[in-house]
Amino acid sequence: MFPAGFFDSAPVQTALLVGGGAAIVSGVTGVFTVLRGQAFAGHALADVSSAGGALAFLLGVSPMLGFLGLAVLGALGVEALSPRRAGERDLAAGIVLGAGMGLTALFLYLAVTVKGTSGAAVAVMFGSMFAIPPSVARLAALAGAVALGLVALVYRPLLLASVDAELAAVRGVRPRLIGLLYRLLLALAVTLFAMTVGAILSTALLIGPAATALRLARSPGVAMALAAGLGLVACWGGILLAYDSYNWMPGHVWPVSFFIVALVLGIYLLAGLLPRKAA
Amino acid sequence: MFAPYLQDAWIAASLVAIAAGCAGFFVVLRRATFAAHALPMAAFPGAAAASLFGFSEAYGLAGFALAGVAGLSWLKRRQRGDSATALVLVALLGLGALFLSLSGHYAGAVEALLFGQVLGIGPGDLPPAFAIGLGVPLVLLLCFRPLVLSAVSPELAAMRGVACGWIDALFLAVLALAAAFALPITGALLVFSLMAGPAAAARTLTRRPMAALGLSVALALVTIWAALALAFLTDWPAGFFVGTLSAGIYLAARGLRRR
Repeated sequence: MFPAGFFDSAPVQTALLVGGGAAIVSGVTGVFTVLRGQAFAGHALADVSSAGGALAFLLGVSPMLGFLGLAVLGALGVEALSPRRAGERDLAAGIVLGAGMGLTALFLYLAVTVKGTSGAAVAVMFGSMFAIPPSVARLAALAGAVALGLVALVYRPLLLASVDAELAAVRGVRPRLIGLLYRLLLALAVTLFAMTVGAILSTALLIGPAATALRLARSPGVAMALAAGLGLVACWGGILLAYDSYNWMPGHVWPVSFFIVALVLGIYLLAGLLPRKAA
Repeated sequence: MFAPYLQDAWIAASLVAIAAGCAGFFVVLRRATFAAHALPMAAFPGAAAASLFGFSEAYGLAGFALAGVAGLSWLKRRQRGDSATALVLVALLGLGALFLSLSGHYAGAVEALLFGQVLGIGPGDLPPAFAIGLGVPLVLLLCFRPLVLSAVSPELAAMRGVACGWIDALFLAVLALAAAFALPITGALLVFSLMAGPAAAARTLTRRPMAALGLSVALALVTIWAALALAFLTDWPAGFFVGTLSAGIYLAARGLRRR
């Protein structure tokens, strides 16, 4: 069933590990993101973190540091800009996104002129799943563990604040603090994915499995587990198909991100055929 | 800076800024920021598809942008707006990644379509620039009342017989087509930044619709002119200046309002 040498290849092992960890973290974070209506903030942070990827490329430091640094800065920026009224939250994300993409343009330009390399844009935007160095894999595992620990720590107040902000306030949950913690969580999840499937397509794994799971599951906890599981299936399936695609057109590997997105959307559309959960 | 070979750049960029400032006012009012970002981004794989299958780039861009609008209108009925937008965006970008990889020789153009090459604008870019610079404001102003009404009060709009779903689809289609025309000229990033920052700043400064609309266009023009001048002087990409300047204008507007 598996192509020869699939599990023996070191890049594939790293990709499976980092991709799997990212799928789990994104599944959990994604449920909060869909509940809070923050899909745009999630996408914007991924794009902004790509500026960090470009900067790291320029400075020659670990891409993880660059992605994470800019994602956290972006999260703080969105939080600081967010107006109190919920309806205009998207605007704050949009402003941060515009500035972040501007920085990406600058860093990529400098990378081309100073370092004389091109093709960095494609790597930053669409990821390089099979080119993750093992040192980054360790850092990524650490970031993933921190993110999951953060969720475990604030699970109940975060869930309450996401579903019913007024009730949460009555119960003494501090919305600003929870909002900030949530954005940091989002930054961690986004970083893991931006490095693997690329800044743009990380949105697919953040929103797709979570939106699917929320249609099917009755409780948020189950939805998170389901989203993590679906994300894992899509991610590992995508890696396997991409590896296998080497044999379809001799010498040409189809991009991993295409397969992952196709699987995520396929699962989402299939779930739409099932009867809706009894609310 | 105003040498003859750069005149086309100034004219085309100004026209795009007029369209973006005008569209941006409605984007902010209708809270469609994510869609305004997603449609230009979703259009750009169309260029990859065009180069792979060998048809004109303009058809590819417009086709993908309109496919994005159709997908968005369909998905919005079953999913919250922001998640629906995200799913449509990644669907088209996923296809883009595939086309890009299959066509092979296309990598360099990604950067151009995302970040634009404003100083490289030539006379051939002027007809599409005029089309959106005049067409977008015209269509949006013709639909001014239903667009504003359905954004401010959907119930009242429905009572007055405005078909909110169709108005929304029309608005997104205008955005998509404008994005498709503007992409080869200025890039996806620049179009979005010009729509978000100036319009948000204008709306922070005044609540009167017509004043905000005018101010939004004016700020968009100031942004693009400053960005072009700075890009020319420093040789850095114009997209960087447009992105940071529009964010700066918004921050300045918020600072002004607080005092």
